[in-house]
Amino acid sequence: MADSSAAASTHPGPAGEVTKRDMLTLVTTAAVAIGVGAVAWPFIDSMNPSKDVLALASVDVDLSPIEVGQGITILWQGKPIFVRHRTPTEIKEAVDVPLASLIEPQPDSERTKAGHDQWIILIGICTHLGCVPLGNKPSDPRGDWGGWFCPCHGSQYDTSGRVRHGPAPANLAVPPYAFASDTKVKIG
Amino acid sequence: MVGLHKSEFANPVINWIDTRLPVFTMIQKEYGEFPTPKNFNYFWNFGALAMINLVIMIATGIFLAMNYQPNSELAFGSIQHIMRDVNYGWLLRYIHQNGASMFFIVTYIHIFRGLYYGSYKAPRELLWMLGVVILIIMMATAFMGYVLPWGQMSYWGATVITNLFSAFPVVGPKIVTLLWGGFSVDNPTLNRFYSLHYLLPFLLVGVIFLHVVALHLTGSNNPLGIDVKSPQDTLPFHPYYTAKDSVGICVFLVVLSVLVFFAPNYLGDPNNFIPANPLQTPADIVPEWYFLPYYAILRSVPDKLTGVCLMFGSILVLFVLPWLDTSKVRSARFRPLYRITLLLWVVAVVVLGVCGANKPQGIWVLLSRAGTLYYFAQFLVIMPILGKLERPLPLPESISHPVIGGRGGGPLPSGAAAKPMEKA
Amino acid sequence: MRTMHSLLAGAFAATLLAAPAVAQEIEMPHQKWSFENPFGTYDLAAAQRGFQIYAQVCSNCHSLQYLHYRDLSGIGLDADQIKAFAAGVTVPDGTDDQGQPKEGPATPASQFRSPFPNSKAAAAANNGGIPPDLSLIVNAREGGPNYIYGILTGYADPPEGFKVGDGLYYNKTFPGHQIHMPQPLRDGTVDYTDGTGNSLDQQAHDVVTFLSWAANPEAVERKQMGVRIVLFLVFLTGLTYAVKRKVWADVEH
Repeated sequence: MADSSAAASTHPGPAGEVTKRDMLTLVTTAAVAIGVGAVAWPFIDSMNPSKDVLALASVDVDLSPIEVGQGITILWQGKPIFVRHRTPTEIKEAVDVPLASLIEPQPDSERTKAGHDQWIILIGICTHLGCVPLGNKPSDPRGDWGGWFCPCHGSQYDTSGRVRHGPAPANLAVPPYAFASDTKVKIG
Repeated sequence: MVGLHKSEFANPVINWIDTRLPVFTMIQKEYGEFPTPKNFNYFWNFGALAMINLVIMIATGIFLAMNYQPNSELAFGSIQHIMRDVNYGWLLRYIHQNGASMFFIVTYIHIFRGLYYGSYKAPRELLWMLGVVILIIMMATAFMGYVLPWGQMSYWGATVITNLFSAFPVVGPKIVTLLWGGFSVDNPTLNRFYSLHYLLPFLLVGVIFLHVVALHLTGSNNPLGIDVKSPQDTLPFHPYYTAKDSVGICVFLVVLSVLVFFAPNYLGDPNNFIPANPLQTPADIVPEWYFLPYYAILRSVPDKLTGVCLMFGSILVLFVLPWLDTSKVRSARFRPLYRITLLLWVVAVVVLGVCGANKPQGIWVLLSRAGTLYYFAQFLVIMPILGKLERPLPLPESISHPVIGGRGGGPLPSGAAAKPMEKA
Repeated sequence: MRTMHSLLAGAFAATLLAAPAVAQEIEMPHQKWSFENPFGTYDLAAAQRGFQIYAQVCSNCHSLQYLHYRDLSGIGLDADQIKAFAAGVTVPDGTDDQGQPKEGPATPASQFRSPFPNSKAAAAANNGGIPPDLSLIVNAREGGPNYIYGILTGYADPPEGFKVGDGLYYNKTFPGHQIHMPQPLRDGTVDYTDGTGNSLDQQAHDVVTFLSWAANPEAVERKQMGVRIVLFLVFLTGLTYAVKRKVWADVEH
């Protein structure tokens, strides 16, 4: 606003006129600011996920071909999803571990669906720096706790996907999913 | 000049920066105090409008590029993806599409302003020539941009325009193959056009910068076409012309918005909603409206090479305009005969435009020949001769002379100008 | 000056008008459309009936490849209706575990099913003519909705002496009057689920409304946004003009 008042002062007029011009300039500047702000939004929003990306936010998985002890990796929202059919020993290990010994204490029951505890479904991204841990293929190293092992910085996860050995700070995340039947699950 | 700049800004942060990099002083000098003739009419808005338009084009273009696929299999569909699925994609695309038309409207008026008020004459010849360079880059950019949606008009427009170069003897066909990167307009062509379409606007920014530097060296021309003689003839750019340009920018935005929101495809061609098909040429091939006059010139003669030369010549002749016009008087206000010939030239361009939109048959051939003839006669015959024959009206003594008298207030000396940068 | 201004304005108006004024010889019946003026919106009931026609008649030959089933929310179908409709359509669905292409029920995220796998198959099945994709057909024809309406209602007996080629049909609106497409709609072709009368005129009107929406699904949002933005900019023009007047008040010019 300094400019208009300075310009005004070089053209001395009645005092009232100066304030009127200031007011007018103020309103105009405010309107321009609102306009520019409003224009910025479509540009920013165009970078958010588009409708086709959002529409693919869920994926159906058929669990029937996965044998006990095996796991598969599928793609959901561009991320690897680990689906593992756990053995009774693995389930027992996951359930029996004292919570106090965990880095991020969380019971196995919170990470699986009731009645389907042989299935563990995880977002396969190490919570340290985003690598994909090994352990879903039979030939992969699974770490000391029988779950997953991250080759980047050595983090280890147990059969419930909970972090047992750093540097990862948190458990592998569980995606939102629901069982449509005993052998069909919908992720997302 | 070695050493720190002595900044006069009160704000310590601005002062600190300005001492080391005197951009604020420069902006204040060139856009704050810059002494500008006080008698501009609204025709002098169009330079600023073109600048705003370029900013709009670059901004929307960058965001469109984030979703566009420069691949002949995917390009058409990716435009539909932008129009249907990307948030506000339709808005960005329609602004970009209609912004191109607005850019040419604004630029053509800007050029007309220069022709009418003699802005191309000494000492502003180089300023004018840089302007012609800008026009040529703009045209190349617009042409390549129109190819990107990969519709029928994109494809066949690209085919026809690149084939123009085949008119040149010996090297012609080699040039065309080089442009295509193949034996027809195809994926390689689309890829390189995309790359260049993204590059050229930034080249445009560079040449526009030179255009403005040259302008600020000579100072602006004005409706009277006479030189500034005293500080009384000028006003500081800010707030006088910032305020006046703002009005023009708002009107410009209203026109653009009406196009974008209510008639986004009015200036387009239905054929471009059909994906490119190398096996079938549309019944009528027409370029975008802003190329129609050149297209008519191209088709006005039955000989291929002559047509191509005339078409390129119609732009290139503008380069030597400062030397074709032999009159010492700049503004057409004081050149009654030149004014008539120039307005007839505008009529000729419009007639050529209409001819370009119609099939080259019957009356349209005749009209486009007449238009072409007059287009070149204006520059090559009328302007050189008229400058010697015409008796101009008496010029006013100074810019402030015809208006001084009434209140005698007079403009302020530029030293007393506002301090616009405190706003920053 | 004044003459110059008006001349110039005229010149530009003429140039702008010249562009779309490219030769147009066929007469088209001009219809009233719900969506045509700056405040017009799509008649959603008509668009839904038009979709029913597309699904039952047009889709046997014409694809709608730039639309997805989810887009149908734009003509007022809810999520369950869309899901149910998509589930009834079989579309290509990636590959099976042996790597062979397989088919499966569509989901709202699927592209509209194309009746032919490619243009060669389309031409082979249609006597050499390729049924055009309908996603943008309204924009892709001079005359837009009126032209499509004209085609659908333009079937007639050829005038005396007019020779119609083999496998072609006479149509008043089609350029050249010989079209590959047999008459798709007649009085009573589609029984509307909403009980609306099914004259040819009504059906043509409805399917054109649907196709207009399909080509410009953003139109209503665009125009509504446009009204607000133009009003704001006119207001801003007034403001800046007032500021300009104030700033220039004490300059003689």
